[in-house]
Amino acid sequence: MTDEVRVYVEEAPGQRTEVVGPTDMGLNLMELLKASGYDIQATCGGMALCGTCHIEVLAGPDLDEPGDDEMAMLESLPILSPGSRLSCQIRITERIDGLVLRLMPQTA
Amino acid sequence: MNSISTDICIIGAGPVGLFAVFEAGLLKLRCHVVDALPQVGGQLSEIYPKKPIYDIPGFPDILAGDLVRNLMRQIEPFHPTFTLGERVERFAKLEDGSFQLFTSDGTEILCKAIAIAGGLGSFEPRKPAIESLESFESGKGVYYMVRDPETFRDQRLVIAGGGDSALDWTIFLADVAKEVTLVHRGTTFRGAADSAEKVKALHEAGKARLVLSSNVTHVHGNGKLNSVTITANDGTAETLDVDSFIPLFGLTPKLGPIEDWGLELEDNAVKVNTVDYSTSVPGIFAIGDINTYPGKLKLILCGFHEAALMCQGAFKYINPDKKYVLKYTTVNGVPTL
Ligand SMILES: Cc1cc2nc3c(=O)[nH]c(=O)nc-3n(C[C@H](O)[C@H](O)[C@H](O)COP(=O)(O)OP(=O)(O)OC[C@H]3O[C@@H](n4cnc5c(N)ncnc54)[C@H](O)[C@@H]3O)c2cc1C
Ligand code: FES
Repeated sequence: MTDEVRVYVEEAPGQRTEVVGPTDMGLNLMELLKASGYDIQATCGGMALCGTCHIEVLAGPDLDEPGDDEMAMLESLPILSPGSRLSCQIRITERIDGLVLRLMPQTA
Repeated sequence: MNSISTDICIIGAGPVGLFAVFEAGLLKLRCHVVDALPQVGGQLSEIYPKKPIYDIPGFPDILAGDLVRNLMRQIEPFHPTFTLGERVERFAKLEDGSFQLFTSDGTEILCKAIAIAGGLGSFEPRKPAIESLESFESGKGVYYMVRDPETFRDQRLVIAGGGDSALDWTIFLADVAKEVTLVHRGTTFRGAADSAEKVKALHEAGKARLVLSSNVTHVHGNGKLNSVTITANDGTAETLDVDSFIPLFGLTPKLGPIEDWGLELEDNAVKVNTVDYSTSVPGIFAIGDINTYPGKLKLILCGFHEAALMCQGAFKYINPDKKYVLKYTTVNGVPTL
């Protein structure tokens, strides 16, 4: 059991910043990224209602498939990539250790 | 140019801006409300109209949409006026201490005080990443909102998106336009199930076309849009002659022009004095989610309290020589202007 996980935020190609998050606080990835100073609006506070916490998973462990609400929200966004996820729907557990992600722009 | 004159101009028709109309009305101050969205209610209407809220005093639970309807009923006696679908861009302070405001569509509002109730900022359309899309904005064939369906009468339209707006406008415009094609990247819809069924039925009846698992990837034209390319997820592409393209991918809030108004800001919010929620510019007040002060809570309840105190401050700013006497509504009822 590990009580910390590491995720990596790619700010530019090849430029990654490590973010360390606790697994015992019931946080989600949006909350961790926000708390680490990333510019994520998260207007709906993590309810899969706004899409403003959109990220792209670039590498790392396999995650659970998105749920129906997450999938529906993702499909309504104008920019979508095969690795698109809502960071508020991803729980900080040891399963996400090593995830590499980038924040997705809100508009073109 | 459309010109409006009022006592207080309220920027933002969210719950806090709407309740400010009521509090101002009790002091016999007239209000004009401006919102960038085509409907009132702010976040409650845009993000969570069907969710229940549990922390409004006197309502053990109430749907966000119903709270907005109640607020509109509550302010009826004061006959506020509204400019919807226009964003307030800039202001000028006049020599007598009053203000002149201008909206994105050139509407001019003359007022004695300004209450910014802009919440998270104005909601702006999410734009798809399509090259040169912007060159067809401003009436040249690309629209991010349907303000007047008549704009599209007898036109060939492509609508893109998978939410309620995309479905609802496809259904509505199928009767107005010459041809409607709805392009959706997925195969399931986020919007209401019965609207999705209606669109499928229109498709089967040949009254609208539905193109699933596809995206609009290119726009073409010379000065005015004349065609779009639709690319399917398997890579096949078709180019379609169109008069208008309407991408409807929802809205995202941006603090927007208020950021550049020279008001003292902290963490993207307007700093206020909690005595009356005045900002660093006399005569401009800020209430609700858009302001910040020690202990700030972004809750509707707190915004309502701020609206009441703000109106006292605005009353004093507008009437420096008049004394205000608190009157309970139980004693006098709700006055009219
Ligand atoms: C999913 C969700 C659930 C919530 N649940 C609760 C709850 O249970 N209880 C609670 O108290 N709070 C809740 N909130 C928070 C609550 O919605 C906000 O505190 C409230 O909406 C703030 O109201 P407001 O009027 O300040 O701003 P908003 O509702 O954000 O409205 C601001 C309006 O101003 C407009 N605007 C901004 N700038 C301009 C401009 N320059 N020109 C024209 N218009 C402009 C915007 O378009 C917008 O319509 C919730 C929020 C969300 C997202
Ligand atoms: S915070 Fe709104 S969808 Fe994630």
